[in-house]
Amino acid sequence: MIQISHLHKRFGKFVALHDVSLSVTRGRVTGIIGPNGSGKSTLIKSILGLVKPTSGSLSVNGQLLNGDAEYRRWIGYIPQLARFPQDLLVHEVLAMIKSLRGKVAVRERELIELFDLDRELNKKIRALSGGNRHKLNIVISCMYDPELLIFDEPTAGLDPVSATNLKDFIQSLKKRERTVILASHIMSDIEELADDIVYLLDGSIKYHGTLRELRVQTGQPLLERAIVQVLKGNAA
Amino acid sequence: MKPVMQICLFSLRDASRNMWVLLYSTFFALVTFGLFQFQAHSGKVAVSLMSLCLVLIPLVSVLFGTMHFYNLREFTELMLTQPVKRGAVYIGMYLGLSTALIISFVIGIGLPLLIFGMNNPSQVISVLVLMIIGSILTLIFLAISFLLAAIFDDRGKGIAAALSLWLVTALLYDGLVLFIAMAFSEYPLEKALLVLSVINPIDVARVTLLVQSDLAALMGYTGAVFDRFFGTYLGVTLAMLSLAIWVAAPLTFGLARFRRKDF
Repeated sequence: MIQISHLHKRFGKFVALHDVSLSVTRGRVTGIIGPNGSGKSTLIKSILGLVKPTSGSLSVNGQLLNGDAEYRRWIGYIPQLARFPQDLLVHEVLAMIKSLRGKVAVRERELIELFDLDRELNKKIRALSGGNRHKLNIVISCMYDPELLIFDEPTAGLDPVSATNLKDFIQSLKKRERTVILASHIMSDIEELADDIVYLLDGSIKYHGTLRELRVQTGQPLLERAIVQVLKGNAA
Repeated sequence: MKPVMQICLFSLRDASRNMWVLLYSTFFALVTFGLFQFQAHSGKVAVSLMSLCLVLIPLVSVLFGTMHFYNLREFTELMLTQPVKRGAVYIGMYLGLSTALIISFVIGIGLPLLIFGMNNPSQVISVLVLMIIGSILTLIFLAISFLLAAIFDDRGKGIAAALSLWLVTALLYDGLVLFIAMAFSEYPLEKALLVLSVINPIDVARVTLLVQSDLAALMGYTGAVFDRFFGTYLGVTLAMLSLAIWVAAPLTFGLARFRRKDF
């Protein structure tokens, strides 16, 4: 689904990504983990075209990213922070996205009901709680049933019930054979949801493989300890 | 073109509900109404309004545009993850916000003038010119604000740059021109002053309004030179060209910066 080859990204003197090459398999959930500042957000923003690579190439669904915006029809992005213009109504924001995409939002009704947003549709954005804004973001990103979904810190700031609902939703995407990328530093979320693991540190990939392989290779059932083991191995 | 119009309409709807845009309109309406109460002659009302517009429109446009751009940063990111080109997002947002501020300004001064009425056709023309020049100043300073916000990631730096630019163009520039005029008073400076006036968009707006409202006669010899120059087709063309460049240049540079920008 995604091919990344020798990707470099530099912000001034700071190297955010260094020679990252990666292949994300269709229909799997890939967890991108790493400490703050390791390059997780830069990597997913590069896939979205929000960050322009210093060098290297990316392709999504076989289409090389070259400034054309059309490939984003296949992508739904759920950022960590959901902010919309405060004075608009919820249904106006949905209408705006639909007018930009121009096709029928096949899952809109289903998702509005799933996330219990029916009663919020005529409210102003400024009247919505943080949790409901996040839910609106998920509806916007998933209502076109895109092939690729990218979540940046999906459960950060959510209450336990909302976080559980969201994780259930991601599991349902997996069953629908959607490709999902999760960037998070919450290891338990990744352990619960991901098939494949990409561990980033200082802008470089330190581990890329399946979660099962990682556990077998390191002999550690817990992801956090397995990663420490990988780092010790790299250091040695 | 379709996404540009969609984003423009969306941005216009959002901005038209913004408290500051509504206050902007109300402020102009109250001031115009107040001026009519204190000055019986509607021509003088237009002159007082002109002075206010030349200071207030650039300030509000440049500050509001910069803050609006930063406030919508996350939503801009969300729009950029849709199948829409960056140029469409930038131009759509710019046109939407410009339309909101221009409508707000035109209604603000237009309503009291409609209520109190104009004495003769020349005053109607004066007010129309004021509305056009005010609208062009809005377009210029919003284009500058978007450029500054696209350059500076840091909100504080962006707003400081916006305020500094307003300070220079609205206040300090005139001081500089005055200093040059005094320091070189023994030399024929009319042409140099003409050039200096054409460089600063607020000065171009001021001179255009002064010449149009026959007040240049009060400015002595220099006023006569300005009147003679800006009263000609060449003068009007140069003034309009300068204003057009002041809209197009920041918009073009801002768009280029926005296309390269990392979010």
